[in-house]
Amino acid sequence: MVDLNKTTRQWTTTPVDNPSNSDAWQQFLSGATAERLRKEKKEAMDKQKDSHAKVKTPMTGSDKVKFVILICISAMFIIPILLVLMNSFKSNVSVSNEPFSFPNAESFVGIDNYTNGIAKIDFFPAFFTSVFVTVFSVAFIVLCTSMCAWFITRVKTWYTKLMYLLFAFSMIVPFQMVMYPMSFVANQLKLDNMVGIVVIYLGFGAGLSVFMFAGFIKSVPLEIEEAAMIDGCGSIRTFFMIDFPILMPSAITVAILNAMWIWNDYLLPTLILNDQRTLPMAIQYLRGGYGSIDMAAMMAMLVLAIIPIIVFYFSCQKYIIKGVVAGAVKG
Amino acid sequence: MEKSIKKWFPLFALPTLVSFAIAFLVPFVMGLYLSLCKFKTVKKVTFVGFDNYIKAFSEDQDFLNALWFTTKFTIISVITINLIAFIFAMLLTKAIKGTNFFRTIFFMPNLIGGIVLGYIWSMIINGVLYYFNATITTDANYGFWGLVILMNWQLIGYMMIIYISGIQNISPDLIEAAEIDGANAWQRLIHVTLPQIMPSITICLFLTLTNSFKLFDQNYALTAGAPGNKTQMLALDIYNTFYGRVGWQGVGQAKAVVFFIIVAAIALTQLYLTRSKEVEN
Repeated sequence: MVDLNKTTRQWTTTPVDNPSNSDAWQQFLSGATAERLRKEKKEAMDKQKDSHAKVKTPMTGSDKVKFVILICISAMFIIPILLVLMNSFKSNVSVSNEPFSFPNAESFVGIDNYTNGIAKIDFFPAFFTSVFVTVFSVAFIVLCTSMCAWFITRVKTWYTKLMYLLFAFSMIVPFQMVMYPMSFVANQLKLDNMVGIVVIYLGFGAGLSVFMFAGFIKSVPLEIEEAAMIDGCGSIRTFFMIDFPILMPSAITVAILNAMWIWNDYLLPTLILNDQRTLPMAIQYLRGGYGSIDMAAMMAMLVLAIIPIIVFYFSCQKYIIKGVVAGAVKG
Repeated sequence: MEKSIKKWFPLFALPTLVSFAIAFLVPFVMGLYLSLCKFKTVKKVTFVGFDNYIKAFSEDQDFLNALWFTTKFTIISVITINLIAFIFAMLLTKAIKGTNFFRTIFFMPNLIGGIVLGYIWSMIINGVLYYFNATITTDANYGFWGLVILMNWQLIGYMMIIYISGIQNISPDLIEAAEIDGANAWQRLIHVTLPQIMPSITICLFLTLTNSFKLFDQNYALTAGAPGNKTQMLALDIYNTFYGRVGWQGVGQAKAVVFFIIVAAIALTQLYLTRSKEVEN
């Protein structure tokens, strides 16, 4: 299991788009002075300037070819989403028969699909449920699992070792293995509502999150904590004043990974929630019995479901790409 | 110091531990036991031994179909995704104008959830097939390739970013040395780049492997198994056995245990391989 951990650490510190930054971070963790950190940062910035300078040099012929190829490829990634947007303003027949043609006088229906879809699937309550569940689950996961990870790395006895093993083990168990008994347990404990599901997400997300936090906490020098404790800090203050700020970057990683998983999750809330629907559940609800789907309303709802993700993505893109790559061990 | 922390067990570790027990430990143990029982609800079970496992493999053609379909799908998508992602990564590592823009765009599909992705592609694929008087559920092959396309679209950007970080870590001296020794571009790729990014390759293979094998949402939204359960993957088959067939819950749980064993075997093999690679380095 120590090897498992080796892998995470290797991946969580893999430089993604700015190698020197992450190196600097490691140096800091291994007890480097603030000055050194500053120096590293400056070097990193110089490097960035260099790479900027590179970009500005005129492109060679083969670079131009590459550029055109890349433009074509990015079109392949953008066009499907634009198609959804375009079709969300067209009539049902037009969506299923001619999804690639622009709306014309006959097929254009304005925002009918949006009003229709919103009414049909109770979009706003579902949106609210999704936001509520995601925000609270992520907040509790970051808070509770970082505390738990600190406890099991700092206290070395048989039961903390056992807990660590169990958390690591839970990462390789697919959801299907536990889903049926889990929905039964949740139902018995009256956790089948949007407050109770936060407990379920905390429990099911604990494996990966504890594991990632534990990897980072191991590299926090013990001396800092001992110094704080000698100065009269209790355990709680030591954790929140000393460790938690140092753990911030990994907390962001953990938060992003869990937010993406929980926001998009379909099966778990379907099995757990009794009365409310999350956004993916609401979208799936548009598929009526016998596979008939109101495709026009579906397109409109897909647009509404994608918008928050794109806004979130473009507002903290750097963290997201870093975080997702760091969490590559999940599986 | 350890002692003073230890007394805070209820505050630090208990909340996580209790939820973990509710959401994972108890259901896991129950699941193992239930796979050996016949039941309709968890409150009334009869022990039947390994009957459910035998039933899953002998009486239920769907399970073996799903296993074959999943394996086929996994192999094809792992190969296509990694190949394409690697080529894109090679294109993007050289400082070209707008590298960051391209990276951002290629990565975007990975953030969109499986259900939404499934419906986006069902619209597009049905639109294309409309010209051939068919839909995605006409033929199991359409569903199969539809899923492969969807999976490629979703994961290529993600894998590409892992490959890029691997390629950027290669010391330029190595490439330069190879150039001076007269290695052409192809030789540099095979003998310098590929061995150097072995860790990225292992992690990408693992991610695509487990993600493809455990696929549920995309499968459910795109074809839901149609026609006639022929495009049903393992996760969906397990779901349908649990919630679609009365009295078959025990068999569903047995299938889930088999599924778990396969996934765990893939994960542990990968960890073993990574470890041996690390020793080499």
